[in-house]
Amino acid sequence: MKKIEAIIQPFKLEEVKEALKAIGIDGMTVTEVRGHGRQKGHKEVYRGQEYQVDLLPKMKVEMVVPDSRSEEVISALSTAARTGKIGDGKIFVYEVAEAIRIRNDERGESAL
Amino acid sequence: MKKILSASSLTTLGAISLLAQAPPAAPPTVADLVPKIAAAQSAGDNAWMLASCALVLLMTGPGLALFYGGLVRKKNVLGTMMQSFILMVIATIMWALFGYSLSFGDGNAFVGDMRFALMNGVGMEPNTDYAATIPHLTWMAFQMMFAIITPALITGAFAERMKFSAMVLFTILWSLLIYYPMAHMVWGKGGMLNAFLGGTVPCLDFAGGTVVHITSGVSALICAVVMGKRLGYPKESMRPHSLVLSFIGACLLWFGWFGFNAGSALAANGLASSAFVATHFGAAAAALGWILAEWFQHGKPSILGGISGCVAGLVAITPASGFVKPMPALIIGFAAGIVCYFAVVKVKAMFGYDDSLDAFGIHGIGGTLGAILTGVFATKEVNALKDAAGNAINTGWVDGNSGQVVNQLIGVAISWGIAIVGSFVILKIVDVVVGLRVTSEQETMGLDLSMHGEEGYNLEA
Repeated sequence: MKKIEAIIQPFKLEEVKEALKAIGIDGMTVTEVRGHGRQKGHKEVYRGQEYQVDLLPKMKVEMVVPDSRSEEVISALSTAARTGKIGDGKIFVYEVAEAIRIRNDERGESAL
Repeated sequence: MKKILSASSLTTLGAISLLAQAPPAAPPTVADLVPKIAAAQSAGDNAWMLASCALVLLMTGPGLALFYGGLVRKKNVLGTMMQSFILMVIATIMWALFGYSLSFGDGNAFVGDMRFALMNGVGMEPNTDYAATIPHLTWMAFQMMFAIITPALITGAFAERMKFSAMVLFTILWSLLIYYPMAHMVWGKGGMLNAFLGGTVPCLDFAGGTVVHITSGVSALICAVVMGKRLGYPKESMRPHSLVLSFIGACLLWFGWFGFNAGSALAANGLASSAFVATHFGAAAAALGWILAEWFQHGKPSILGGISGCVAGLVAITPASGFVKPMPALIIGFAAGIVCYFAVVKVKAMFGYDDSLDAFGIHGIGGTLGAILTGVFATKEVNALKDAAGNAINTGWVDGNSGQVVNQLIGVAISWGIAIVGSFVILKIVDVVVGLRVTSEQETMGLDLSMHGEEGYNLEA
């Protein structure tokens, strides 16, 4: 099993959800996060006082999928989240040791 | 700043009463009608003045509380609002017990006496020295709202770092030693700066350029300097947490200011309309001035700039509102927008004091500019100074009385002097008695939790 974690532009969340739904991925966890990579933030000015704001709002989308589906999900995710401009975000993929459905202790891929 | 019912309105009212009460029997005599006319006049004036009282209270809560509350970080929003609100409580009670009397009891040239203490002699009958057509109670209440908002304005300077107990003690002493004497000198009967009731240096201040804005704004500067900077200033981000709140607050200030200035006519008359228009023109022109200055300097016109400018304009037009015509009001406002912008953006940065919410830059500088320009643009066509025989004389520089500018400067200098010395002494006393600042842990935690044990935004609740 793989955990796929994508940090995306907030306004791309709906498109990403649609794209994942289209390939049959139903489960995900979404968190509002703030951060920055190479994209620099912006400047704000309040009564002449300048502030560099470099932590920008992003969405973190996480899901765990069977190994066999991971490439398909990554490709759907990156296509949907892409604008081609700096700040589009990143996708990280992790190995997952185990998955347990709390309701009935089901384990492994069938718990996904 | 006071006007009594005019002869023309008497005649008009008389004529209306005559028509309305077409007699079945003998026509009423003039003697019958006089008290009825006076009652009608009083009803109209009192209705407007009670509304004005409420408008001025609205400026403190929620107006100023929202304006300042939005400008601080979110951990201090309640602490900041509380500093305005507690003055609606404390300044009111002080006013009831002795504040009104010390401000408007006859006393001497500097401070009132205790004749009106505990509201003694303050009833439904007018006090003809101050406002002949409204109950003494209404006049007292109107002045009370000014005594509430003035110390509340100072709280912008020490926002986010003053102990609540210190703030309460400071504002009590400040009202006693600075506000009551200043109100008496400028507006009280026999006060040395009173232009209409026997002052030796007639200083024109229609609604509080010296009494309210210079005293509070200059005291704010002293507070900022004596208390020192907020932890992390200016390196850490201290962005306003909600300009939405500040926007609502500033617009409520603009709205309430019609009571502040037009209400200072103390009657529902032409002078009130004149002050109303001057107030509005001043606010709009100042907002434009600040926005343009910022647009040129930083490339973007900001909403914070717009609302800061409108408040600066309202401050500057306050002393002038009952003396100037509409076009000078635009000039005073526009000048205030530009000058206060530079005071806030450039002067503060140059000297490095942490006047957190710019109480000095806006009220101190705006009030000073307004007080001086009042001497320039005041005209007898709006509201005349009188000679000993009661004849209208040249009032401001535009009338040819350039000496009025000097009188204004004297008023400004006295206000600055009292504010600087008084505030410094009071801060030292408060520091010894309870300590001025919260601890650094409390400051980091925020005033909401450390002083009041609550939070402004419990979004997960």
